[in-house]
Amino acid sequence: MSAVAVHSLWTTAAGPITKIDPPKIEYGQLSPTLIVVGAAIVGVLVEAFVPRKSRYYAQLFVSVVALCAAFAAVVALAADGYGTTKAHIAAMGAVAVDGPALFLQGTILLAALVGLFTFAERKLDPQAHGNHVDSFAAQAASVPGSDSEQAAVRAGFTTTEVFPLLLFAVTGMLIFPAANDLLTLFVALEVFSLPLYLLCALARRKRLMSQEAAVKYFLLGAFASAFTLFGIALLYGYAGSVSYATISQVVDGTLTTVDPALAGTMGNDALLLIGTALIVMGLLFKVGAVPFHMWTPDVYQGAPTPVTGFMAAATKVAAFGALLRILYVVLPGLRWDWRPVMWGVAIITMLGGAIVAITQTDIKRLLAYSSIAHAGFILAGVIATNPDGVSSVLFYLAAYSFVTIGAFAVVTLVRDAGGEATHLSKWAGLGRRSPLVAAVFAVFLLAFAGIPLTSGFAGKFAVFKAAAEGGAGPLVVVGVISSAIAAFFYIRVIVLMFFSEPRPEGPTVAVPSPLTMTAIGVGVAVTLVLGVAPQYFLDLAGQAGVFVR
Amino acid sequence: MSFPLLTATAVLPAIGAIATAAVPAARRDAAKALALLFSLGTLALAIAVLVRFDPDGDRYQLTESHAWIKDFGVRYELGVDGIAVALIALTALLIPFILLAGWHDADPLETGSKRWRPTQGFFALILAVEAMVILSFEATDVFLFYIFFEAMLIPMYFLIGGFGDRAHAHGEQVASTQRSYAAVKFLLYNLVGGLIMLAAVIGLYVVAGNFSLQEIAQARAAGSLDMATNTERWLFLGFFFAFAVKAPLWPLHTWLPNAMGEATAPVAVLITAVVDKVGTFAMLRFCLQLFPEASKWATPVILVLAVISIIYGALLAVGQRDIKRLVAYASISHFGFIVMGIFAMTSQGQSGATLYMVNHGLSTAALMLVAGFLISRRGSRLIADYGGVQKVAPVLAGTFLIGGLATLSLPGLAPFVSEFLVLVGTFTRYPAIGIVATFGIVLAALYTLVLYQRTMTGPVKPEVSAMPDLRMRELLVVGPLVVLLIALGVYPKPVADIVNPAVKQTMSDVHKSDPKPEVEAAK
Repeated sequence: MSAVAVHSLWTTAAGPITKIDPPKIEYGQLSPTLIVVGAAIVGVLVEAFVPRKSRYYAQLFVSVVALCAAFAAVVALAADGYGTTKAHIAAMGAVAVDGPALFLQGTILLAALVGLFTFAERKLDPQAHGNHVDSFAAQAASVPGSDSEQAAVRAGFTTTEVFPLLLFAVTGMLIFPAANDLLTLFVALEVFSLPLYLLCALARRKRLMSQEAAVKYFLLGAFASAFTLFGIALLYGYAGSVSYATISQVVDGTLTTVDPALAGTMGNDALLLIGTALIVMGLLFKVGAVPFHMWTPDVYQGAPTPVTGFMAAATKVAAFGALLRILYVVLPGLRWDWRPVMWGVAIITMLGGAIVAITQTDIKRLLAYSSIAHAGFILAGVIATNPDGVSSVLFYLAAYSFVTIGAFAVVTLVRDAGGEATHLSKWAGLGRRSPLVAAVFAVFLLAFAGIPLTSGFAGKFAVFKAAAEGGAGPLVVVGVISSAIAAFFYIRVIVLMFFSEPRPEGPTVAVPSPLTMTAIGVGVAVTLVLGVAPQYFLDLAGQAGVFVR
Repeated sequence: MSFPLLTATAVLPAIGAIATAAVPAARRDAAKALALLFSLGTLALAIAVLVRFDPDGDRYQLTESHAWIKDFGVRYELGVDGIAVALIALTALLIPFILLAGWHDADPLETGSKRWRPTQGFFALILAVEAMVILSFEATDVFLFYIFFEAMLIPMYFLIGGFGDRAHAHGEQVASTQRSYAAVKFLLYNLVGGLIMLAAVIGLYVVAGNFSLQEIAQARAAGSLDMATNTERWLFLGFFFAFAVKAPLWPLHTWLPNAMGEATAPVAVLITAVVDKVGTFAMLRFCLQLFPEASKWATPVILVLAVISIIYGALLAVGQRDIKRLVAYASISHFGFIVMGIFAMTSQGQSGATLYMVNHGLSTAALMLVAGFLISRRGSRLIADYGGVQKVAPVLAGTFLIGGLATLSLPGLAPFVSEFLVLVGTFTRYPAIGIVATFGIVLAALYTLVLYQRTMTGPVKPEVSAMPDLRMRELLVVGPLVVLLIALGVYPKPVADIVNPAVKQTMSDVHKSDPKPEVEAAK
């Protein structure tokens, strides 16, 4: 046998390479993401080349301009009909440009903009050695309590890297709900998770707690990512593709061509079910649903409060967007399998979050458990599996984001000698000392509790209505019961603020710069507008409620 | 387009609330005067509603209807029937008295604290409650009603928790703990009730597709909207639960004694005479109209609960040592009568129940406000701390007696008419229930007269010997109430005329007619 003949047993000669098609990228339709990622890179360059004194202003300028421009791009795309009639899949099938994607991107960008204002706040902490400081560590690499840390504080260093980190995170979040294949989904997941892990570790005060929170978040997040990746591999084995559309066709049985290389695994339902379970698990981790919620309270408590607010709002929006797309676009054929499981998850998330929150004594942990309970309410809308389900979830996410950021922004104002006074006992009598701040926080708490005439009520009503129409009546009853439980601890905070005697050595309320005031003001305005006149936004969410396949 | 009178009646106090809250801290008296002015303006509008309302005209009058939240099928729909008109008039009438009676209740304890402004808050919150109560009487859209039914809890909660009696026998610290306990209990009970109702409201939407009371009721009557028996019963229970907490009906009543005991007397009147009426009113308007079959199905159980309320409330009132808690338990007993009248499903019963709502508002206001004046003089709520007051403050004692006699339904005073009608209405259909309920009257005589005897008669206690009699402002509060109690007791026809056509309508909704009178044939 000749050498050639032997060789041809395991190789075939490839034809000569004639031409590689360049990938077709619709830059215009992807512009929101591209603007943000471009600005993030500019931010890195600013870190490298701009003198330390002017970095803060340069970074703030770049970030604000980028987020505003990206939001304008989203609005332009939506006005152009990409949300409805011209919805399609861009970037070689990797990214969907459709109603839910644009709506969520708009929400994330606005939430990020408001969050950015709280990042940039430099009037709350007392000046250190004559320098204005923000909520972030002077030098992240210096060991807490060490000489180098003190030297960094003396020198007036600030971690202006938080701005590009925020923009990178926003980039990932923008792609996450729009991802139209599983690999893009995974890349987006990592792109927004890694900067968040870092941001969590950067608190100026209580640095050890902050770093501990970051490590916890990172380790558990890495686990969740690994699960997701494994699930993606299994689904690829099942369907022979990572594209959402192809997988859904294989699930439906409309596509029967078998990839010869995957003949052994394709169509194996075990792979489908396990793969789905693992991917959904990863997403439920990100939204903080029980039983994947363990990280939430620790991370929310340890992270710098502006980061907590941003993370609580934007991560939830992005992750629920991705979850919706996977369940509604990829796996509608499997809904008889995932719906019962999600029922269970929603019920234990609503009840678990609400019940455990009762025993909390730290305001940030309390808000963390409240966010878990809210994840449960949103899941009730996800389970509806009808068009109202999508639009109600979109509306809820938008309403919830601004309440959350506003609430955490208020938390940054209440301070004593050790920084933010987050222990609930220190909030006693706040209403007597600073009626306005307490009243604003009470508005946010009432919105969390879902009292009528706040955005929380409109959102809750929308998801419960969708769930009831989708045949999930018992879920609504559980939701209502856990709302009642949750109301108890929101009310407890209000009681504490207004009816308890102020402590003599209690915290003071810092007067913030216009940045934080804007963040809080936007929060209150959105809360009341969405509560009293939600029709326009419901329409918007309704129009945006159709996925492209 | 005609002038939106109903909206104006509700919006005026809301504007008043905002305006009062915006008055600078130093101008305390201006804030009070402003609030009173707005409440009088609201009263004027309520009288205009009363005048414009034609008892023999359409069922819902002065209607307004605008699109609001299309996605939820919610419209801003207002309209009043006779029952609503009577209750709006009662609300608008009582609020000025409540404000006047609480004139000094929220004055700051120490001067110099500039940022904490309880006075403005107190008056603004009362006006806010008034606005929401009036809107919930006017709303003919279930969702709209629900929103204000729930939202009124928040100002009410701050009123109970934020403002207590001035001089307290025990320390301020203990008082404030008890007060916030009472406020939280009030809020949680009502919030749980409201949230369960929310589930039923959503359920109603799923079944009916909109929230318009008139559309749903018409569709039900025409048979074009079918509800499965079980669905209707569950929805009814969801609604009724919320209203029974609010009313309150035994065994969901326990928040009321706490709330009324710890709140100041004017706020206690606001709770029992105004806010709680929304619960019984809603039973008539929503439970019976939307779920007639389920209402009939539930009647026996509800009647038993109502009778338990009557007897249990009266028995506990007899045993109270605290004046305000005594009035609270008496109110529970009276709400039992109202619920019994509603669910007896006779026209006398329902007319009586509606009249009862009005009269109970007046009589409780008279009794409780005078009790509040008494308490503010001595700084104690305990009956045992008083004695012989009638010798030192005869006018106070006299008005207290009239309020008490109205509470026990003495003939000649307004509540007698309504209580009699309720009992007659119940007796014609459910004699056994009627007989048991009658014992409530006997007990009422006991707790009122014993209260009067212990506080007002007997030897003058040294602590009360220097007690001043009613002042001008206090007389201004009590006088008109006493006059109204007597006037409506002698001549109840004006109120009855407004109420009766609406009651007939409600009766026809539930397909019930009065039982035919029977005369046993002589053997």
